[in-house]
Amino acid sequence: MQDEGLASMRRPAGFGRTLVATLIGLVYFFPVIWMILAAFKTRVDALATPPKLFFTPTLEHFWASFHRLSADGSQIFDTGLDRNFFNSLFISLVSVGLALALGGLAAYGFSRLRLVGRDYFMFYVLVLRMVPPITAIVPLYFLFRVTGLGGGYVAIILVYTAFNLPFAIWMLKSFLDELHRPIEEAARLDGSSDLKILWRICLPQMRAGIAATAIIAFVFTWNDFLFSLLLTSVDTRTVPVAMTRVVGADVGVDWGVFAAIGTIYLLPVLFIAFLLQGQLLRGATFGTVPR
Amino acid sequence: MAVSSHTGGARESTRAARFTAPLVGAHAAPFVAPALGVLCVMNVLPLLWSIGVSFFHFRADRLNTPPHFLGFANYRDLMTDPDIWEHFLNTAVMIASSVSVQLVVGALLTFLFYRPFPGRRLVLMLVLTPMLLSTVVVGTFFSLFYDPTFGIVSALVRPFTGAPFAPLGTPFSAITSLIVADAWMWSPFVMLMLLAGLEGVPAYLFEAAQIDRASTWRRFWTVVFPAIRGVLLLALLFRTIESFNMFDLIYTITNGGPGTATESVSTEIYDTAFVLFETGRASALGNLSVFVVIVLTRLYFRAIQLRREAA
Repeated sequence: MQDEGLASMRRPAGFGRTLVATLIGLVYFFPVIWMILAAFKTRVDALATPPKLFFTPTLEHFWASFHRLSADGSQIFDTGLDRNFFNSLFISLVSVGLALALGGLAAYGFSRLRLVGRDYFMFYVLVLRMVPPITAIVPLYFLFRVTGLGGGYVAIILVYTAFNLPFAIWMLKSFLDELHRPIEEAARLDGSSDLKILWRICLPQMRAGIAATAIIAFVFTWNDFLFSLLLTSVDTRTVPVAMTRVVGADVGVDWGVFAAIGTIYLLPVLFIAFLLQGQLLRGATFGTVPR
Repeated sequence: MAVSSHTGGARESTRAARFTAPLVGAHAAPFVAPALGVLCVMNVLPLLWSIGVSFFHFRADRLNTPPHFLGFANYRDLMTDPDIWEHFLNTAVMIASSVSVQLVVGALLTFLFYRPFPGRRLVLMLVLTPMLLSTVVVGTFFSLFYDPTFGIVSALVRPFTGAPFAPLGTPFSAITSLIVADAWMWSPFVMLMLLAGLEGVPAYLFEAAQIDRASTWRRFWTVVFPAIRGVLLLALLFRTIESFNMFDLIYTITNGGPGTATESVSTEIYDTAFVLFETGRASALGNLSVFVVIVLTRLYFRAIQLRREAA
């Protein structure tokens, strides 16, 4: 590497900067800590003023997220939250997978093959990602009602696939653009098909890029609220929408339960983001900046 | 292109392949068709439908009533409705303030985090967590923080004023409260973009400046700033478009209140479409905002192309 970025020669931060950065980090994290603590507080502790920092932790909210006692306390009902979690995971994984597969093919086409008006396609693909989601939802809501697809998995998965596709195409194309071409040329001369070149030569070289694309698309889908609010039914509802039902409960907001659900819901993305922190960097710029 | 890891010759050849040069080989159609097909069915078709519907009086909750053709009446009503202009203005004020705050905070965070230090990975995670949270969680918790009786903001202010404080009570403080939540959530995203931009600063330039004993200030303006100007522009435009589309936070924190002070274009479309069920009018408003976004995206696209040409 003859032409490395600033990263390679960056001096380590001094003690002062390290201290300030750590303090700022903790301050920044405060609302999240608040949520995590609230998940372990009893109802009384949660609303105490001034706020309590020390308290006896309880797991009741985590239990209450998934179970509900009947009025006389003799029976235990399911809140259906496990179903919501399954929906969130299933819908996110399938739609991100589809977006990566279709987006990868399209990115290869845009990057390597003959196409008239490619810049226009790339531009309007980007426009589709930028258009306010609500403007797409109004017609989709109607179209799903008419076709009878509304509320099913197929509908919401296709919606998220389409939502993630522009991002996937842009990201994957930028990674493809950076690969060295001679190997591919050689393979082509040897008679390899484009599909084979993409699968056997390009993909193995872009594992990090695919991870970056996948994680950002996954976070977007996992946390989306609006599409799910208007285009899912009871059976396919995801956690962000289910959470708002807790807020709207008739006995007032049950902050403990809400915080417990929020905490559980955060953990998977937090874990993935920690593992793939470097990839987030690339993903933040739609792939227009190198690693 | 800001590719910095290639050697000179390879860099030339790959750059030629991008955007402008005609490509040899097979036609791209079979490769791009599946993706474009999905996009057509799920995005383009609905948009065309909403263009059509915007010329009718149509309610999605009364499918048995045939749509009634209005011509441009929906658009005319919108253009002459002072409330709509107020909402566009609200949106513009919120975008401008929120994006400025995000850029400033994002830049400060970048300044703190661009150098390695022990535990940086972990501390960076603390800062990145907000953007990993669901907007519903952020919105709901900020609405708790802003609660006049139980909220921490009120608790912090009370000792000074002696009275409970309702951050969501007046238009100005409600808008400020929304901006704080939005900026808290998305400043780290700006930081990520700037950190990524810094990776692209060629080390030899920085080295040369160091050998010349240029001051930190001068080094920033002559070496670092020109190199990250492009990514700064990207951050500005991307966050502007995303703020334009802001819905979840408004929905969960203020629900447009007090009055209609924090109503944005997205929430207005939502109300028109799913509370009033005036589907035709909502579509017309949606099309107007799509037009705004196309213009903004055009600028974004230009910014990307400029970056590629500059590198």
